[in-house]
Amino acid sequence: MSDRKIDDETGIETTGHEWDGIEELNNPLPRWWLWTFYATIVWGVAYTIAYPAWPMISSATAGVLGYSTRGEVAASIEAHEAKNSELVAALTATELTELAPTNDLHRYAVARGASVFRAQCSQCHGSGAAGAVGYPNLLDDDWLWGGDVESIRYTVQHGIRNELDPDARYSEMPAFGEILEEEEINAVVEHVISLSASDYDSALAAQGTEIFADNCSACHGENAMGDREQGAPNLADAIWLYGGSREAIDYSVRYARYGVMPPWGPRLSEEDVRAVSVYVHSLGGGE
Amino acid sequence: MNYVKLILLGLITLIAAMAASWAHDLAYQVHALLIMVIAFAMFIYVLRHTDEPVQEQAVDHIYEDGVIRAGVIATAFWGIAGFLVGTYIAFQLAFPQLNFDWGQPYTNFGRLRPLHTSAVIFAFGGNALIATSLYVVQRTSAARLWGGNLGWFVFWGYQLFIVLAATGYLLGATQSKEYAEPEWYVDIWLTIVWLAYLAVFMGTIFKRREKHIYVANWFFLAFIITVAMLHVVNNLSIPVSIWGSKSVQVFAGVQDAMTQWWYGHNAVGFFLTAGFLGMMYYFVPKQAERPIYSYKLSIIHFWALIFLYIWAGPHHLHYTALPDWASTLGMVFSVVLWMPSWGGMINGLMTLQGAWDKLRTDPILRMFVLSLGFYGMSTFEGPMMSIRAVNSLSHYTDWTIGHVHSGALGWNGMITFACIYFLTPKLWGRKQMYSMSAINWHFWLATLGIVLYAASMWVTGIMEGLMWREVDDQGFLVNSFADTVSAKFPMYVVRGLGGILFLSGALVMVWNMWMTIRGAEPQDATVPARGPAATATPAE
Repeated sequence: MSDRKIDDETGIETTGHEWDGIEELNNPLPRWWLWTFYATIVWGVAYTIAYPAWPMISSATAGVLGYSTRGEVAASIEAHEAKNSELVAALTATELTELAPTNDLHRYAVARGASVFRAQCSQCHGSGAAGAVGYPNLLDDDWLWGGDVESIRYTVQHGIRNELDPDARYSEMPAFGEILEEEEINAVVEHVISLSASDYDSALAAQGTEIFADNCSACHGENAMGDREQGAPNLADAIWLYGGSREAIDYSVRYARYGVMPPWGPRLSEEDVRAVSVYVHSLGGGE
Repeated sequence: MNYVKLILLGLITLIAAMAASWAHDLAYQVHALLIMVIAFAMFIYVLRHTDEPVQEQAVDHIYEDGVIRAGVIATAFWGIAGFLVGTYIAFQLAFPQLNFDWGQPYTNFGRLRPLHTSAVIFAFGGNALIATSLYVVQRTSAARLWGGNLGWFVFWGYQLFIVLAATGYLLGATQSKEYAEPEWYVDIWLTIVWLAYLAVFMGTIFKRREKHIYVANWFFLAFIITVAMLHVVNNLSIPVSIWGSKSVQVFAGVQDAMTQWWYGHNAVGFFLTAGFLGMMYYFVPKQAERPIYSYKLSIIHFWALIFLYIWAGPHHLHYTALPDWASTLGMVFSVVLWMPSWGGMINGLMTLQGAWDKLRTDPILRMFVLSLGFYGMSTFEGPMMSIRAVNSLSHYTDWTIGHVHSGALGWNGMITFACIYFLTPKLWGRKQMYSMSAINWHFWLATLGIVLYAASMWVTGIMEGLMWREVDDQGFLVNSFADTVSAKFPMYVVRGLGGILFLSGALVMVWNMWMTIRGAEPQDATVPARGPAATATPAE
């Protein structure tokens, strides 16, 4: 190391090496750096004694504090459940129809149901339950399968048109594109539009009246008010699940629609199904 | 020799044609066609040059700078591509309508996002690392690159890897492993290229004419070797068919997750930290014209960093199926890693001792200093976020995205820009960049962009973390996921604007490079006279 020299700017000795003009000073490790490094090591050793850390032959050291992440979550869930246990017991024991908006149990069911709804239902029905195209709005009183609390509970429990639950609500509209002639489709679409809108071709709509009676009224009813037994929507109001434009209705007639909903009975607890049913019932359209 | 080449290239063309015809999926077919065309073009080229007289030139007295020049241009090119896609997907998150119907499924967020991450990490960062490492190893070894044209094979092989990876994502071929998305055959190709890179780098070190190996080369070597190991282990998989891109991972369940994040965290640790520290250790003292602050610190923090980083991966899997003991160890090693990471920042910043005044006049040095500042910030933030209690708030939120970008834009981006500004005039025989004030503009555009980006992500990250965990007094969640998404909208727009600023800065750089390079006649630098090669005298 004969090339060591003193750096002019700092007065520190170099290591004597040089690469492409780069030299190195022989400064010691900064003390604060070294002591902080030692401190983190000491802390690290202490932490691994306190918490589960070192893998042994068949399991790992458990740590003297007895901590586990699962235990932490379980404790916090348990604390809430203990606090709410009486209300949960009452919720599963009470007929939902007897819950009145004034009592505490109803308030609890709505709060619980709202939380279930946000986590499980909002993906399709929207976080405000206003629905979207293809996903029913749950705030209005236009119900496909019934809007009393027990009907809602049945829908939540078993779902709609799924293969997972044999008791799922089920119905299927034929695709009339394969059944009716082109002009018949145009006419019946115009007729359906005429039931709730004011801007339509009255002559064409009149032609559709008979076609509707022959093909559609069996499910949607003589006056097109729908049939909740079959989940057949009311066509006489201006509420449309798949859009009320001429194109959307034309599409529905030609190809039919097949909206599905999973059964929540197997995935949610009994009290969660009850709570979310009460919550949906409370949104404004409940019967 | 040429006949062997011809037979090989002919075979590759033939096999690629067969693969294209029997391909099970679109990505594989496009890739097979691409390889067929490249192999066939090379076949024709070799054929036309066969039996021509070969002119051997003595080149050992000059550095191999051609491949560095190509690397510098590739770095800038992929940088722009990566920043552009990043800015676009930032706006896709703010305005989902930008997932245009006509572009489905190729341009939806899900496919563009890995394109962005791979483009900036592996294409931009990777090319920067390869170019600078090959430049630095030659200069600090006083030796021409080992392996003749192998350096060019590494460069073009790596570009082919990038193209295969990027087109694969768009066409739907992915292993769904973060930062390791390319499918099996692309992985195999990268392994070949990477081993060639290792050979070129090691070969040059072996024939060095300096007694000691410079610290920058320790970091580069650690980066190359570790990335090879990480890449091979994390990509162990069995192809469903050799005529298709789909493969099945060898590991399953939590073992697969652990392997993935052992890889993923060390992609950050060795690719984006160790490799870039290698850059720092050469270019910062060169630009500041000052000695490295402390040789001792560089040894200690190098070994501590290398030893500790490799254990930190489990902190990506807190509160998952991963056993608590592994999660604790990942967290502890991450926290202990704090000081070893800062060793690099201290050594870089303190190297400016006696040269701080240059910051006023030298925008390139300013970029180096800023990048070290961001490096220090992210290597403090990282250990902090690895603490379980902090992680329970920050994990899965935009805070993570902000953290990554303060590191990637601030540290990796800024230091790469500074290196490009250092290298471009030298490699093309100019005194300095065409416009020094354009560098200044780049500095401020990029800095402002990073600040907007990081600040907006901190805000949304902490906000959504708090909203997710908010419960009422009966223990029920208060917010739905969609509530948190809509609350983040304004900050998403701010983030996108940050991206635009950062991208504009990079465009200014490309213009500046263009003006510097235009009309220049590049000449390879001469290897300075030294004693005999180090192989004669055993290294210490």
